[in-house]
Amino acid sequence: MFSRRHLLQVGGAAALVSSTSLPSLAAGKELRIALVVKALGIGFFDACHEGGEQAAKQLGNVKVIYTGPTKTTAEEQIAVIESLIAQKVDAMAISANDTNALVPVCKKAMARGIKVISFDSGIAPAGRILQINPSNNTLIGAKCVQMIAKTLNYQGEIAILSATAQATNQNIWIGKMKEELKKPAYAKMKLVATVYGDDVADKSYREMQGLIKAHPNLKGVIAPTTVGIVAAAKAVVDAKLTGKIFVSGLGLPSEMKAAVASGATDTFAIWNPIDLGYTAIMVAAQIAEGKTTGKPGSVLHCGRMGDLKVTPNATVAMANPYTFDKSNIDKFAKIF
Amino acid sequence: MKALGQNVPREAMLAAIIVVLLGLIGLRAPVFLSPGNLLGVLTDTSFLFMLALAQMAVILTRGIDLSVAANLALSGMIVTLADRAHPGLSLPVLFALAALSGLILGAFNGALIAFVEIPPIVVTLGTLSIYRGLIFVIAGGQWLTSNDMSRSFLAFPRDTLLGLPNLLVVALVVSVLFWLLLNHTSFGRNLYAIGGNPVAARYCGISLTRQIFAVYILSGVISGLCGLLWVSRYGIAYSGIAQGYELTVIAACVIGGVSIAGGIGSIVGALLGALFLGIIVNALPVMQVSPFWQVLVSGVIILLAVVLNARSEHRAGRLILKTPAREGTP
Repeated sequence: MFSRRHLLQVGGAAALVSSTSLPSLAAGKELRIALVVKALGIGFFDACHEGGEQAAKQLGNVKVIYTGPTKTTAEEQIAVIESLIAQKVDAMAISANDTNALVPVCKKAMARGIKVISFDSGIAPAGRILQINPSNNTLIGAKCVQMIAKTLNYQGEIAILSATAQATNQNIWIGKMKEELKKPAYAKMKLVATVYGDDVADKSYREMQGLIKAHPNLKGVIAPTTVGIVAAAKAVVDAKLTGKIFVSGLGLPSEMKAAVASGATDTFAIWNPIDLGYTAIMVAAQIAEGKTTGKPGSVLHCGRMGDLKVTPNATVAMANPYTFDKSNIDKFAKIF
Repeated sequence: MKALGQNVPREAMLAAIIVVLLGLIGLRAPVFLSPGNLLGVLTDTSFLFMLALAQMAVILTRGIDLSVAANLALSGMIVTLADRAHPGLSLPVLFALAALSGLILGAFNGALIAFVEIPPIVVTLGTLSIYRGLIFVIAGGQWLTSNDMSRSFLAFPRDTLLGLPNLLVVALVVSVLFWLLLNHTSFGRNLYAIGGNPVAARYCGISLTRQIFAVYILSGVISGLCGLLWVSRYGIAYSGIAQGYELTVIAACVIGGVSIAGGIGSIVGALLGALFLGIIVNALPVMQVSPFWQVLVSGVIILLAVVLNARSEHRAGRLILKTPAREGTP
């Protein structure tokens, strides 16, 4: 096994020999990993970059190249990847603008020995070694139930305010929430209704008003949609029911700041982009160093995120969604 | 006006349908009939009251304004951006800004329709997309939430005057102004005349161009004002607010007996049509109708109301006027 210490020794020797004789060998010690995002200037990805730098600092031998197109198009992203191939980076972690369009260029990169993984928005399996999902459906469903249960002290009537009745991800999450609710810890909690706000602010608001009227004993609402959670919290404030009905679910800190300040929302969650960028660089570095193949079944050591196992369909679920409340929302509201 | 007189039984019919509807809802969800809830329904329907009246004025001239919801959303975004940039701006200033934004957007429609003589449906279908697109451009794709809005701005629709929420008060004031405008000014009478028979209207010395230009400005101003009220009520502004709402507005007019062929329609009818839709959208969640059935159920109820209501409209006399009038469509 080619240990890290060994690498450092060789690096030290190369430095002694001076830069004139063996520059290429010295450069080979440092891993250059590109973090390719959908587009530059997006707060979410800037936060991913910050996490990536944290991972690089921890690993010591990694240089992060943060890049991406100026527009969220596959064409521009392909051009960026082509230039990275020309620069012979060691690995790329990509959030794709198009699942399939990036496959040929990523195949080309892998044929040249560059390790390609995708994170956040995946590339089709043929074009990457693995995909890092910010979370998985079971974790998301469980998290939603856990948050509202904690706020309500594990008792009372709750309802779900979803997006559209046909939304695949929403329905999977709702299914997982129902599974979680079957656990004995939630015996005193009752799911009384599931309504659909269609991800439209005024319809979500009206559905929330309907829930309040139709279920006088309602104590909590889970809205696993960024539109729904904002509208539901607003409806609770407008009905002067803050402190009596709590809204939780999935939302963005910047949009939820007012809801948390008013007290309509105690906690809510979303994937943490800093952790996502951190994990992406950690995984890419391990594969680039040859410590693991990243093939299904292998285990990846991801520092503070713990060990993650690659699933049979070559994906990795990072972690529980990250919880936001009064204590940390101001910090994250500035980021995304 | 003969057209107005003819519609009285029709409105009575619609009022009766609304009472029956309320009774049926009350059987299943008595809480819906509480005074507090009914006031809530009226308040929630305020936007529809105002927009339906403005749309009716447009439809009277044989026109249509499909850009109302996009105008609302764009004006709402402009006001929110202004409020965020200068949190000290007073409400009257913000209202003036909303009205001005709506006026400019409406005037653009009006100019293309009245002066360039492009059909209203084509113009407003185009501006619908342009206005929606502009929201994305001026806001850079951002969502502005209550966090970006000043306190007084957010509080306005909810604060009360004489026990009524300001939002409803504004809708009532707008309704009274429309009643005066349509029934007691030459501008209003001219709208009916143009829709009823454009050729005759022109011979009477009515300037179709100016009148039609003005009616789209009127529609724009109301949309702009509704934009301010909408974002402050729901505490969110982004390119998708009130998406598709123009169809609800037109449906309210049609249910209220406003003739798409122009020249026929009344204030009371349009308000009742809006109220009917407002009751349905507010009742369905309270009645706990399965969400998978809601859309279907509301469609059936609307169609039933229109069928019942339309039976009183068959009149032999109208056909005689129809053909020659069509030739003179502006």
